[in-house]
Amino acid sequence: MNMVVCVKRVPDTAESEVHIDSSGKGIETGKLSFRMNDADNYAVEEAILIKEKIGGTVNVISIGDEKSDEQIRMALAKGGDEAVRITDPALEGSDGFALAKALAAAVKGMEYDLVLTGALADDDGCAVVGVALAELLGVPHAAYVKKVEVLEDGKRIKVGRELEGGLMEFLEMDLPAVLTIQTGINEPRYASFKGIKAAAKKEIAVKSVADLGLDPSEVGEAGSWAVLESFSYPVVGEKAEILEGDPAETAAKLAAILKEKGLV
Amino acid sequence: MLDFSLSDEQKAIQQVAHEFAEKEIRPLAAEYDETEHFPEEFVEKAFKAGLTYPYVPEEYGGQGMDFLTACIVGEELAWGCCGFATILNANNLGSTPILLAGTEEQKRKWFGELTSRPTLAAMALTEPGAGSDAGSVQSTAVREGDHYVLNGTKCFISNGGLADVTTVFASTDRSKGTRGLSCFIVPKGEGISPGKKERKMGVRASATYEVILDNCRVPAENLLGEEGQGFKIAMMTLDKARVSVGSASVGIARAAMEAAVDYAKQRVQFGRPVAEFQAVQFMLADMAIQIEAARLLYMKAAWLETQGLPFTKEAAICKTFCSDVAMRVTTDVVQVFGGYGYMREYPVEKYMRDAKINQIWDGTNQIQRMVIGRIITS
Repeated sequence: MNMVVCVKRVPDTAESEVHIDSSGKGIETGKLSFRMNDADNYAVEEAILIKEKIGGTVNVISIGDEKSDEQIRMALAKGGDEAVRITDPALEGSDGFALAKALAAAVKGMEYDLVLTGALADDDGCAVVGVALAELLGVPHAAYVKKVEVLEDGKRIKVGRELEGGLMEFLEMDLPAVLTIQTGINEPRYASFKGIKAAAKKEIAVKSVADLGLDPSEVGEAGSWAVLESFSYPVVGEKAEILEGDPAETAAKLAAILKEKGLV
Repeated sequence: MLDFSLSDEQKAIQQVAHEFAEKEIRPLAAEYDETEHFPEEFVEKAFKAGLTYPYVPEEYGGQGMDFLTACIVGEELAWGCCGFATILNANNLGSTPILLAGTEEQKRKWFGELTSRPTLAAMALTEPGAGSDAGSVQSTAVREGDHYVLNGTKCFISNGGLADVTTVFASTDRSKGTRGLSCFIVPKGEGISPGKKERKMGVRASATYEVILDNCRVPAENLLGEEGQGFKIAMMTLDKARVSVGSASVGIARAAMEAAVDYAKQRVQFGRPVAEFQAVQFMLADMAIQIEAARLLYMKAAWLETQGLPFTKEAAICKTFCSDVAMRVTTDVVQVFGGYGYMREYPVEKYMRDAKINQIWDGTNQIQRMVIGRIITS
């Protein structure tokens, strides 16, 4: 099974304060550490598990500057075979659709049966790239995948999609296909030092938009459907009701309010 | 020429170790501190993650890190919890005599066993009457044909009794003091057993036992080096262990300081976060100063080792300074937390308890000063 996994370098904002930068279109990243997008980490693991089970190759793709090599090499260290980094100033301001165009152009040049992406990026939370990529490649997709089973002939797969309330929807799909992987599908491994050293020796092919056969106008703001205007902080609400009384009284008042609003 | 930057590979394994500490150690740290249970599943996880026997060469089944890289990993693990880190550090301590003094055959055999599955190793030198004074070791090893028979009681042994392999120091000639000490590879089995499990002030996820040697017969081929080389092997092993203690101390101090900085930014008194008060800010600054210096010391000592240069003095300096820093920083962190810091509900009193042992084990800081003093005045 030839597989392609798309990974993204994202800031780790879980326990950090996030501030809008002076351009108003980004956040201050000086004090933030960066890591692989959480769901992408699970996508990498799923690809490697499939490779270990039935054989095949895992190609890693990332869009970003050379700092993304850190995340690409981590995927290689865990068992990825080859890597491509798409780097081009023309990509600045791209929305998920424009990024998917660049990824699709890169994937089309590879032999692939299965493309895996994370379901959702931790930074912009758009959940667009994987689905748009499938559309551009003209292959079926499944999003929020929580289970993958390769069927015996290796030409079809069975996937479980996570729905609301813990429900799973099972589908059988023809390959090639694109899956957007949900966190929790597996237990991502830790890269070993041996793997890290082997990954350090691997070449990461760096490609511009032109190398992929795209015109710069097809990506960036010009090639996007959505253009980021600005970030703003949520407006702090004015109405807060402070409940008075001893704990028993305040608990009773709170319960009454929740009931009245139909929240419980 | 000086270069303070880590290589890309060092940064990557540092990140892996940090993530491992954050996900696999931190969530369990308080529970195992409280219960003093031994976290067996942690040994399996560390094995699977490739974090056991870090500086044993790949050809013997280890991770093949240089010593500096292994210490960088050690700092991250101790940042998670020094008790958990101690389990893996005791593996290093217990197996390093084999690495330093073993024949090719011994290294292949014993590291083959230790690295093929989740295992524990221990080093058994200390005895009730022989702590800093290793020449007073009472345990004996008597040659009988093609075996040695070991008898004696060891104490305060990390991973002791549980270990798959213990490197035991016993006297083959009591009349010679330290020059009569010899080192033996003792596999788990008949003749070696755990005695009392110690109840400790800190590093409570790690198991510390007495180790009882009762007519423990080991093949003569399990002697490391020659008879009488035990003390030298122990000192060479401790040189490395002292640098590891330094890196672990930095890990504890850093974890504690991070907690203090976060708390000081949130805790409001007199209408302002306490971090804005200079009295508190200066305490935090002093922590940062000390931790920065401590890290440079352990890195320098470890770097000397990777260059094949002498590092006994630097190891002693690093061990003393880093553990003293960990003690001072964690004590001040409790102070920054005030009353909450003293409560077990918050993690910082644990840091203080975990820091203390680092001033004591692998040669007390007083012994370290003797080592340093002797070297600089000889």
